[in-house]
Amino acid sequence: MKSFFQFIARHRVLASTLFLMIFPFIMPYEALAINILIFGLFAMGFNLLFGYMGLLSFGHAAFLGIGSYLTGIGIVHYAMPWGAAILVGVIGAAIGGLIMGFLAIRTRGIYFSMVTLALGQIVFYCFYKAESLTGGENGLRGVRVDTFNIFGFPVDFLNPLVKYYIILFFVVIAMWLISRILSSPLGAVMEAIRENEKRAAACGFDVARTKLLVFVLSAAICGLAGSLRALHLSIVPIDSLHYLQSGQAVMMSILGGMGTFFGPFVGAAVMLYLEDVVTTFTKHWMAVIGLVFMFFVLFFPKGIWGSILSKLNLNQDSK
Amino acid sequence: MTGLTFELLCMQLLTGIALGSIYALLALGLCLIFGMLNVVNFAHGAFFMVGAFMGVYFLGVTGNFWFSLILTPLATGVLGLVTERFLVRPLYGRGIDYPLLLTFGLSYVLIEAMRVTFGIEGLPSVTPDGLKGTLDVGIGFFPKYRLFLIAATTVIIFAVWFFIQKTRYGLIIKAGAADQEIVKVLGVDIAKVWLMVFGLGCAIAGLSGILASPTRSVNPEMGIPILAESFVVTVVGGMGSPVGAVVAGLLVGVVYSMASLFFPDLAELSIFVLMAVVLLIRPQGLFGKAGAMG
Repeated sequence: MKSFFQFIARHRVLASTLFLMIFPFIMPYEALAINILIFGLFAMGFNLLFGYMGLLSFGHAAFLGIGSYLTGIGIVHYAMPWGAAILVGVIGAAIGGLIMGFLAIRTRGIYFSMVTLALGQIVFYCFYKAESLTGGENGLRGVRVDTFNIFGFPVDFLNPLVKYYIILFFVVIAMWLISRILSSPLGAVMEAIRENEKRAAACGFDVARTKLLVFVLSAAICGLAGSLRALHLSIVPIDSLHYLQSGQAVMMSILGGMGTFFGPFVGAAVMLYLEDVVTTFTKHWMAVIGLVFMFFVLFFPKGIWGSILSKLNLNQDSK
Repeated sequence: MTGLTFELLCMQLLTGIALGSIYALLALGLCLIFGMLNVVNFAHGAFFMVGAFMGVYFLGVTGNFWFSLILTPLATGVLGLVTERFLVRPLYGRGIDYPLLLTFGLSYVLIEAMRVTFGIEGLPSVTPDGLKGTLDVGIGFFPKYRLFLIAATTVIIFAVWFFIQKTRYGLIIKAGAADQEIVKVLGVDIAKVWLMVFGLGCAIAGLSGILASPTRSVNPEMGIPILAESFVVTVVGGMGSPVGAVVAGLLVGVVYSMASLFFPDLAELSIFVLMAVVLLIRPQGLFGKAGAMG
């Protein structure tokens, strides 16, 4: 049994992909599965910075929002093809990450969280005020992608299952990238910085540059999640940029298990599924998720996936 | 620019100081808890919001603003005591992120609790009778309530300063922040001190909530933007510096109100830009120590 789990741990991207291929059939409906896919990616991108390098950002909604808005603006105002619009969203989020990261990594610890939160608010107000481009409070409407051709085959983006697999394609690429980063020397340096920043610096690693690089990578992945969300929802709500949205990434990572590869995904799935179930009988869903989150912080800091992994006694750095 | 007079500038400056005094009070509460317990209270905005609701509620029940000014901080203070004892205390020694995350979760619960109790629309804010209208301040007419706000926060800030600097309890708090081991050895129950400091910080947050309530709309989401703004104040002032909290609070308030006079569209942005500039020049904040950022 144990060797089976070790096999999965060695091929985490493949295992995750296979699982996600059948995922929409486990969920009650496809739109929820797509939502989990997108927020799972968002939490994974966030976790790269938080779980693996120990930097708790409270401004990651900025990157989800930049990705969403730039993709949306590209399609609505400039009639871009959707592939190019995704690229614009990702590059925009990476540039945003470069600027925000440059300012934020000058600070440490709790200061870092506060600064990222405040910088995230700058992005919020910028998009909020640019009403002619972003629709302000009403959000950006009409991000339409319906039918297009891939190698001559017509693809119906309005079919939920088709949409799921197209989005999954991008998510798998991002997952593969994350996995490669984590098993590269860069991944080792990231964990060294998390464990002891001073010692990592003394070993000759450029701590500031690593932090900035990972910040940008994390921003780009969250930007991709945002771009995909714009295509999925066909509108971009202004809430995307709100710091409670940043908090959702934090909650999902903690709930699933920070510093694990698949944990953030599990966290996103549990949280969104819970939201779906709870909202059918009470509208006070925030209280429920708040309590669940507090419970996990107090009693299960490793999260669901992290606890399972340590029960199975799998080596943390292989998963 | 037409109509820009010296009087208008002064009035706007006064408005900024009134706004800034609320920021200063909030940041002072944050700073007190952080300096002593090394905890960033992410629910601080939520305590502010609860304070505003309690204030309006008590005002409705008792009909007396002064009563509610006493009852509200007591209520949020007790809420703070319970929070520290049962939620924050188990997390000491588990790193700096966990209490922050827990209080973030708590803010969700508090927002929903107010929605359940008072409805999602919130409550109409009330200005107490004696403080309605305006007063001639020599250069024009200024709302009485804002003058009261400035006076009240000055008194509170001075009282907190007196408590920390001049009393025996303050001495213990300061000593505990500097070296908790020594204080323990001297026979002080440090856990009780932490409990009290957390309660005091939450009481101050609640007090700023009721004080601010007549100047803004009282709804469950009102604590959300103010939390980000009080973080800006803390970053500008320097983490853990009470003087920094007060000075930066006033500065942020004045910058906001001046920006809304000259560039109304960019008013919200202005304080964040201020923060970015301060960060570039002094990452540790105006009054922070270079080593105190960890």
